[in-house]
Amino acid sequence: MATNEAVDQHTLPPNPEKATLEGRNKYLGFWFFLGGETVLFASLFGTYLGLRNSTAGGPGGADLFHLDLVFIMTMILLTSSLTSVFAIINMRRNNYKGLLMWMWATVLLGLTFLGFEVYEFYEYYHQGLGFTTSAFASSFYTLVGTHGAHVTFGVLWIITLLVRYRKTGLTLTNAPKFYTAVLYWHFIDVVWVFIFTVVYLLGIGG
Amino acid sequence: MSNAKAQPKSVLWDWLTTVDHKKIGIMYMVAGLFFFALGGLEAILMRIQLMFPEFSFLGYQTYNEVLTMHGTTMIFLAAMPLLFGFMNFIVPLQIGARDVAFPFLNSLGFWLFLFGGLLLNVSWFTGGAPDAAWTAYVPLSSDSPGHGVDYYVLGLQVSGAGTLIGGINFLVTIINMRAPGMSMMRMPLFTWSTFVTSMLILFAFPALTIGLLLLMLDRIFGGAFFDVAAGGNVVIWQHLFWIFGHPEVYILILPAFGMFSEIIATFAKKRLFGYSAMVFATLIIGFLGFMVWAHHMFTVGMGPVANAIFAVATMAIAVPTGIKIFNWLLTLWGGRIKFTVANLFALAFIPSFTMGGVTGVMLATSAANYQFHDTYFVVAHFHYVIIGGVVFGIFAGMFYWWPKMFGYRLDETLGKIFFWLFLIGFHLTFFVQHFLGLMGMPRRVASFLDGQGLNEMNLISTIGAFMMGVAFIILVITLIVSRKNTDNVDDPWDGRTLEWATPSPVPEYNFAQTPLVRELDALWHEKYEGDGKMKAAEPLDDIHMPNGSILPIFISLGLTVASFGLIYSTHVITVIGLLITFGAMFVRSIKEDHGYHIPVSEIKRGKGER
Ligand code: HEM
Ligand SMILES: [Cu+2]
Repeated sequence: MATNEAVDQHTLPPNPEKATLEGRNKYLGFWFFLGGETVLFASLFGTYLGLRNSTAGGPGGADLFHLDLVFIMTMILLTSSLTSVFAIINMRRNNYKGLLMWMWATVLLGLTFLGFEVYEFYEYYHQGLGFTTSAFASSFYTLVGTHGAHVTFGVLWIITLLVRYRKTGLTLTNAPKFYTAVLYWHFIDVVWVFIFTVVYLLGIGG
Repeated sequence: MSNAKAQPKSVLWDWLTTVDHKKIGIMYMVAGLFFFALGGLEAILMRIQLMFPEFSFLGYQTYNEVLTMHGTTMIFLAAMPLLFGFMNFIVPLQIGARDVAFPFLNSLGFWLFLFGGLLLNVSWFTGGAPDAAWTAYVPLSSDSPGHGVDYYVLGLQVSGAGTLIGGINFLVTIINMRAPGMSMMRMPLFTWSTFVTSMLILFAFPALTIGLLLLMLDRIFGGAFFDVAAGGNVVIWQHLFWIFGHPEVYILILPAFGMFSEIIATFAKKRLFGYSAMVFATLIIGFLGFMVWAHHMFTVGMGPVANAIFAVATMAIAVPTGIKIFNWLLTLWGGRIKFTVANLFALAFIPSFTMGGVTGVMLATSAANYQFHDTYFVVAHFHYVIIGGVVFGIFAGMFYWWPKMFGYRLDETLGKIFFWLFLIGFHLTFFVQHFLGLMGMPRRVASFLDGQGLNEMNLISTIGAFMMGVAFIILVITLIVSRKNTDNVDDPWDGRTLEWATPSPVPEYNFAQTPLVRELDALWHEKYEGDGKMKAAEPLDDIHMPNGSILPIFISLGLTVASFGLIYSTHVITVIGLLITFGAMFVRSIKEDHGYHIPVSEIKRGKGER
């Protein structure tokens, strides 16, 4: 029952995130939660697709989007997925320092991404695309902004974990927490890949 | 880790902080009944207004508000929470679990629902309730003056989050926490329907969340989603709303189906006919429930091809539903039927619901729908399914499970008076509405003209509504005066499923030892093949339980405060509210709950009391 004490190196099972019933519940529950999130984003994508040409005389995607900027953002986010994978590999190997280090790297990349996004919104705003300008504007800012809010939440979540568990070592309690945070992070990245395709590529090309 | 039993607490504090699924279930029931009474009162007010032609009792604006709040309250704050109450209390017992997967989140789900519901109703006192009907179609809702619709948007957002959390909790509980031997195909049908319902919640509610978000952005932040002048599109709301809204009716009816399956089998003293067909039909209905949302939109101009596809998909649902009806009938066939109140509601459900199903197929005929749409025919249809199905299910479930939940049996004689009054009142109210609709009386209109042949039937309808109101009062009296019936409450109906293997009231750990399940209808099997008691799957040992927490209330309170900030565009308040919420979430995530242990000695004492 000693689920919360640090477990010694040799007894930690190979999948510590799923070793206890609590961990398994978290793990499964989180997958379901992501299922709900998928519907959430699907609804936003559907709305965006329905409104993406409704610029009502205001600027549209082709006038605004800079592929190079968005490409860099995409690369940053994909790299952050990679660093979070490294974190989990280190968790499996019971290398707690490595886990923490790669998670911090993930946080830094996430913050960089957010910086770019703020800059992007600022630019568009100054080129005449306010939230209220047109239905296209509202749906663009809502879709991309909801994603940005998810990134922000993910960063805060991971930071909380990193600070809270900076000294405890890997335990059967915090392993599922790190694991679900990384799942969430991957999910955010996948959504971004869709945004990159549906919003930006389609916006410039079509 | 702490081994001591938690400190004794005051009763109020205990309920406010509880994470026990049984107490949460009871709180859902109590809150649900309260909102049910409120929604019923609103219904009666509407029916008084429609009692005579050109009657002036409510005024048009008030009528719109009462209409909106009636629909919203009944669906979100009465029917669903009452079902959630049963699910919370019964499902862990039926699968032989000590607890749910996420006790803390479970309590959070309840408090979010309650705060959301209260928020919605605060609008009555702050200058007007929402007035755009429970479907809140734009531009009616986006242009509605005042703050009523803002309350609708935020109240439903808060309580919807609670529902989603509840759904995820049930899914994980049912998958991960079943007792040894309780395979999926040995689960009682109420648990099965809870499972499928939770799936529907998971995939339907996020669409509502987005719909409400867009409406909020339009109303409060000047967005242009539904503003046609700025390129907006009003049909997007209809799609999002019904992608949620149609599955929602299955979220309501499937648990009721589950209850009827158990109640009918218990009181026919027979195993449910066609168990696996019932499970399969439930899954199919759940799946098809997602494919048919646009049957609410036949008249918006989607075109004949889309209309035809959605019409056929809708009618397909009649097949698995029909399978269920026949299985219930075949379960009754040759059974030794006992006409308890619970069973009377189950038996009355079969023809009532079937009628609602038939009018549903009529409505699904897209060409004919142009005639029926937005008339009283629709009102009659959905009340036949919602009352004849869901509400009958809730009443049946109350009479059936009340002894387990509250430790006393409801009086059968008073119960029968209640049943007959309600049944007759119900058919009186809604049967005639079919004809009112066919004669062209539009729905959601606060009055009708004299001399069009609508007078008598409207009067009859109102009389029926009053009968249901009186019946409800008798129900409340029954709940109170039955409290002395505390004998024979453990297993009063000679039950078949695991919840009847526990003592009433159920101890906080449910089962002293996790039961070993050897068959479908686990308890019945032991009564027949064994010694009538469940075999234990584990030795008697200390039981670990989670601690209570006050944080769910703070998380919900924070969101409510933030909602007020949004409604009145006072963004300082919004930020304060969100800080409360995130602060409480933060505290939760850094403070681990080690729980406490119930020692063997105490468990033995609990067993001795039986
Ligand atoms: C107690 C008996 C009830 C009576 C007398 C009653 C009466 C009414 C009336 C007169 C309307 C307005 C129809 C219109 O003008 O379009 C209505 C609408 C509605 N009712 Fe009921 N009702 C009752 C119970 C319920 C219950 C139990 C539920 C759900 C669980 C429910 C759900 C609804 C819904 C969803 C609407 C549609 C509201 C809308 O069109 O926006 N009702 N009801
Ligand atoms: Cu429907």
